[in-house]
Amino acid sequence: MSEGVRTRDTVRRLVQGDLASLRVLIGLALIWAIFQFENDRFLSAQNLTNLMLQIAATGLISIGVVYVLLLGEIDLSVGAVSGLAAAVMAVLNVKHGWNPYLAIAAAVAVGMAIGVLQGSLFSRFVVPSFVVTLAGLLAWQGALLQVLGSTGSINLTDPKITGLANTFYSDAVGWIIAAVVVAGYGGVLLLGHRRRVAAGLESQSMAGIAVRFVLVAVVTIVATTIFNSDRGMPLAVLILLAFVVGMEFVVKRTGFGRHVFAVGGNAEAARRAGIRVNGIRIAVFGIAGTMAAIGGIMAASRLLAVNQNSGGNELLLLAIAGPVIAGTSLFGGRGSVWTALMGALVIGSISNGMDLLALSSAVKFMVTGGVLLLAVLVDAIARQQRQGSGRV
Amino acid sequence: MSTGTPLLELEGVSKRFGPVQALDRVDFAVHAGEVVGLVGDNGAGKSTMVKTIAGIHAADEGTIRFDGQQVSISKPQDATGLGIATVYQDLALCDNLDVVANLFLGREEVSPGIGTASRQLDEARMEHQTGELLSNLAVTIPSLRSEVGTLSGGQRQQVAVARSLLGEPKVVLLDEPTAALGVAQTAQVLNLIRRLRERELGVVVISHNLVDVFEVADRIFVLRLGKAAGEFAAESTTEEHVVAAITGVGRKAEEEGK
Repeated sequence: MSEGVRTRDTVRRLVQGDLASLRVLIGLALIWAIFQFENDRFLSAQNLTNLMLQIAATGLISIGVVYVLLLGEIDLSVGAVSGLAAAVMAVLNVKHGWNPYLAIAAAVAVGMAIGVLQGSLFSRFVVPSFVVTLAGLLAWQGALLQVLGSTGSINLTDPKITGLANTFYSDAVGWIIAAVVVAGYGGVLLLGHRRRVAAGLESQSMAGIAVRFVLVAVVTIVATTIFNSDRGMPLAVLILLAFVVGMEFVVKRTGFGRHVFAVGGNAEAARRAGIRVNGIRIAVFGIAGTMAAIGGIMAASRLLAVNQNSGGNELLLLAIAGPVIAGTSLFGGRGSVWTALMGALVIGSISNGMDLLALSSAVKFMVTGGVLLLAVLVDAIARQQRQGSGRV
Repeated sequence: MSTGTPLLELEGVSKRFGPVQALDRVDFAVHAGEVVGLVGDNGAGKSTMVKTIAGIHAADEGTIRFDGQQVSISKPQDATGLGIATVYQDLALCDNLDVVANLFLGREEVSPGIGTASRQLDEARMEHQTGELLSNLAVTIPSLRSEVGTLSGGQRQQVAVARSLLGEPKVVLLDEPTAALGVAQTAQVLNLIRRLRERELGVVVISHNLVDVFEVADRIFVLRLGKAAGEFAAESTTEEHVVAAITGVGRKAEEEGK
């Protein structure tokens, strides 16, 4: 590809919304600038650390939502599933005295089983996923009440469970982790470059690789500095990042992930290519249930309790809105797991900033709704432009 | 016209859908390194014939021989297993995936590893193979990493044909490969078909467009109301003869052709 073609390609991708990530970064910078201008505590180390802790649970749930959105489907039950899974963990651990790890594993298994069940119903009976998971939303909320029983609320005391959202590493450990992350990223970049060169393919220039490496290194160093000048690097953030990186790897670099994109892009073409379309669908809904459970456990750990409201309120809508705001298409076949993190950051920043400004819930809901609508419109416009230029 | 054992041979193949006799004792053959144009009016049975060969419909009667051996084709996997690839009119491409991903869809190359989820796609190898295949076929595409949705109709058709070649088939069936293409794009696709012939493949091209068929086919096979209605060597016949066979006007034309 010549340099000219590449430049034109970049411009087109910007206009048509393929570079949604850049758009989101600009939006996020804008949001941060506005709130910092209104309240200079917004960008303080303490508040930024709080922000990251606030978005950890939603971000984890959104990872599963991204997979479902890539299929062009929707899962309305993730909020309820996250609450139910947290309740299962709490009851097993607190009331039945289960080992905390076993209780967590059981909760994750419940989430996965629910996802697989909903995925099977959806693909076997060709019922819209919207309806199956809406039924699930109601049913699992009922199950949550049932599991919690008469008390209605269970306090978590086990340090293994509460530690998930309340562990902070010392400065030294934080820097070691940062160094490992940066070195690991550099290694991955170099390895990929070498493989392409070895196969006789055009690869990114060394300068391009260096730019990417420096960017990630700078972000990591800045983030670590911020965390260290507050309570330290939070375990919750590391868990979220690990899942984002891991699930992004699965969806972008493995055959399974490729098939998820294919089913979302053209299910009939995928079927004719020999892909087991229903198997992919069931697996994806299983992933959504699993990630919902993991997010629910994280939320419970942060709240130090599970109650009848767990997984309720606006959690579901924010978990779905996040990835869409950050550029995962509602129409299927386009997106990345990073949008789970970026979307949670955007929504979390708005919510956190408005809390700092002591705005009412009324305003918060309306603003968040407006941002979501804006994001969906941008997605739809990008799609129309693609169609306009002969791309579907 | 090629001689010797045909690669693919249909003998007395019939197919009935309820009261409709879609194929009526059709004999048909395609040899290696030969392009056969399959023409006929709407409802003449062209699609049914291709679908019978491709294993979408099983034939009611008749025999199918592949490489001289009698075979039974009752499902699509039977046909692909024998080495018969079909490119349907709708192409069945994923517009949101790039050229490499589409070519290898469903048969991705993976690096060794443990468990499906950790086995990484070997993108470098797939891209390398894609580049080689497309340049062998003289297919030019701006970038192997462009989304298929961004390509022109002719390029998409060529990608679909190239994909069918990855399974190393011996016979390729093309359903209306030039429909809805502009002049330049049609020329590209016809060139690609010629290169399939050079690779000693047996090629069957269904088309409504007689100009294209005459351009590329060695032999023209006419179906009319489910029956074989004429077979012409493209070099020694005229469009009028073929049209007459298609419409059934002037049965004499058919005899002349034979």
